[in-house]
Amino acid sequence: MLRQAHHERIEDVAVEAVDLVKDFGVTRAVDGLSFAVPAGSIFGLLGPNGAGKTTTLRLLLGIIDPTSGTRHVLGHSRPLEAAHEVGYLPEERGLYPSMTARDAIGFMGALRGLPLAEGRHRADALLARHNLGEWARKPIRTLSKGMAQTVQLLGSIVHRPRLIVLDEPFSGLDAINQQRLEELIRREAESGATIIFSTHVIAHAERLCERVAIIAAGRVAFDGTVDEARGRLRPIVRLRTRAADGAWRSAIPAGARHERGEWVFELPHDGPEPLLKALIDGAAGIETLAIERPGLHDAFVAIAGSGAAAEMGEATEADAMREAGAEQ
Amino acid sequence: MTRLLHPALVIARRDFTATVYSKTFIFFLLGPLFPLLLGGLFGGIGAQVASRTDQPIIAVAASEADYARIAAARGELAGALGKANLIQLRRVPVEADPAAQARRLLAGSTPVAAVLSGGLTAPRLSGALTADGRELAQVKLILAAARAPATPAPRVSLTAAKRSPARLAQNRALTGQVGQMILFFLSILLSGMLLSQLIEEKSNKIIEVIAAAVPIDALFLGKLFAMLAASLLGILVWFGAGALLIGALASGGLGMLPPPAVGWPAFLVLAVAYFAMNYLLLGGLFLTIGAQAATPREVQILSMPVTFAQVLVFGFASTSVGAPDANLGLAAAIFPWSSPMAMLARAAELPALWPHLAALAWQALWVALILNIGARLFRKLVLKSGPPTRWWRRRVSS
Repeated sequence: MLRQAHHERIEDVAVEAVDLVKDFGVTRAVDGLSFAVPAGSIFGLLGPNGAGKTTTLRLLLGIIDPTSGTRHVLGHSRPLEAAHEVGYLPEERGLYPSMTARDAIGFMGALRGLPLAEGRHRADALLARHNLGEWARKPIRTLSKGMAQTVQLLGSIVHRPRLIVLDEPFSGLDAINQQRLEELIRREAESGATIIFSTHVIAHAERLCERVAIIAAGRVAFDGTVDEARGRLRPIVRLRTRAADGAWRSAIPAGARHERGEWVFELPHDGPEPLLKALIDGAAGIETLAIERPGLHDAFVAIAGSGAAAEMGEATEADAMREAGAEQ
Repeated sequence: MTRLLHPALVIARRDFTATVYSKTFIFFLLGPLFPLLLGGLFGGIGAQVASRTDQPIIAVAASEADYARIAAARGELAGALGKANLIQLRRVPVEADPAAQARRLLAGSTPVAAVLSGGLTAPRLSGALTADGRELAQVKLILAAARAPATPAPRVSLTAAKRSPARLAQNRALTGQVGQMILFFLSILLSGMLLSQLIEEKSNKIIEVIAAAVPIDALFLGKLFAMLAASLLGILVWFGAGALLIGALASGGLGMLPPPAVGWPAFLVLAVAYFAMNYLLLGGLFLTIGAQAATPREVQILSMPVTFAQVLVFGFASTSVGAPDANLGLAAAIFPWSSPMAMLARAAELPALWPHLAALAWQALWVALILNIGARLFRKLVLKSGPPTRWWRRRVSS
């Protein structure tokens, strides 16, 4: 009975990390990290640069071993045993420059157990589907950075893996290719694959992920659905009134901010009706009143701390500038 | 085993294709041609210089009859000692003042080392001869033979034997030495390539993709298999060309080489097996060392100590030539990195085959051990993105 329950749990969970710790010398990169990724879901690993996202993914893939703790990948405690069912796009992209695009994809499939001929055959189809058919027999060194990145991504899914791990997959891509990548991730998830991706661009995670883990300083600060993350925060009220002062002011909570002529504060626990009643009865003269649901970014700021959010903001800006420079 | 072999073959196939289909492989195949050409060129120049300098010319001021006897005596000596080792003679007419003639000849443009005058009756030699008296002794022998009454040479009957045991042992030792030399030069030729094997993966950032898909042991094994196959292809070409050249230039072709104790077929099989083992042993070590390097510059820095180490190992292995059962010979056969070369020399000198099976098994064990250690070190020191653990830091932190 217990055994059956265990099997069911493993089938439901594609990846499970329990108390993972990783030390590099005296530096603790991952500090007791635990989370579970449901099978068939899109799971986002969020965190500022240096939070331990890449190390966590490398631990899950078996590239490095943990100092302590356990990991289960598709039911295997040794991740490399599941390698044939896993696809991986590392943060630092790389391909053999002299290989043709189809050979590179075929080679990556062959590393994961797919026969080379079948891999090349699938590569032709995948490249054609992603408008790279005419580049199939051209060496990687002749492809643009975005094209090469797409080739590598196709190489990581050519063997139709059950688990796809993408480390910062959107970095280095222009807006059109980012959109295409989002579509590809959705398609793979619809076909039943589990997707784990790390990102420092919260908007991607917000659009794609069903669940996220927010990592800060090597620890999981939050693990749950995007809605649960947002649910950690009260909705935000933005209020603009004609009257500057009056009895209605007693309805404004103590921590409210007055920014650019409007009041900004968390929606009180008793909901919007008492607030509205107090404002009307107090003759506030409501000009505008908006109740906003907090975004994942707000949740991230609250959960990981404003310092981490600022780092992510800086990283995003820096990346954007670098990408813009690269495109020029 | 399949878990290791299948990905190793995938990597080996990729590396082999990339190596053999590259333009640089043509240069690799032509590699041995350059030292041969240079050797031939400088050898030819050296021989020319030697022929000019090693055989001093003695001007002989004598009558035609006397000179004929002197020249005939030199001819007999040349048959016994070799033409190249004897002084050269040039006849000059006899003049009234022999001293003045000698001075003029020695000061002239013709490279004359000495002047022999006085004919056979009162010979006198003037000139600058070597201090060891070798040339003077040769002149004395020639004159003694020329002055002696003509007697027929005694008949010596000869019973021809194929080879004396002593000569055979000497020749076999030579075969062993040549085998070791070839193995050593092939290793030197390939060591640079071995050291830089993982640079491509590291500089192209493919290492993460491979490390996430296959065990690092398989990556190491695949790289070694690929380079072994490429070098065997090269060796096949070089040896084929070499055999054709020997066959074309020397009568008897390869058959003129001294036969090894185990026989040519077994020796050639063992040579290939020992080359493979030597390659895998060195390759495993160099791959481990080279894998720590991040750039081609670091590989270049590593090359020098590695070459010195190879020379030392070769020196150690060469102690087994001529004495394979001596303590040093046995030690060289046991020490993993000298074992293939020492055992190849043994195959040339001793007929027993079983020690070779034992040696190949021993070497294979070390190959597995080195690959395992290399893969562990690679995972520990290269794949980790954080700073490495230093023992002094551990001590401080504890």
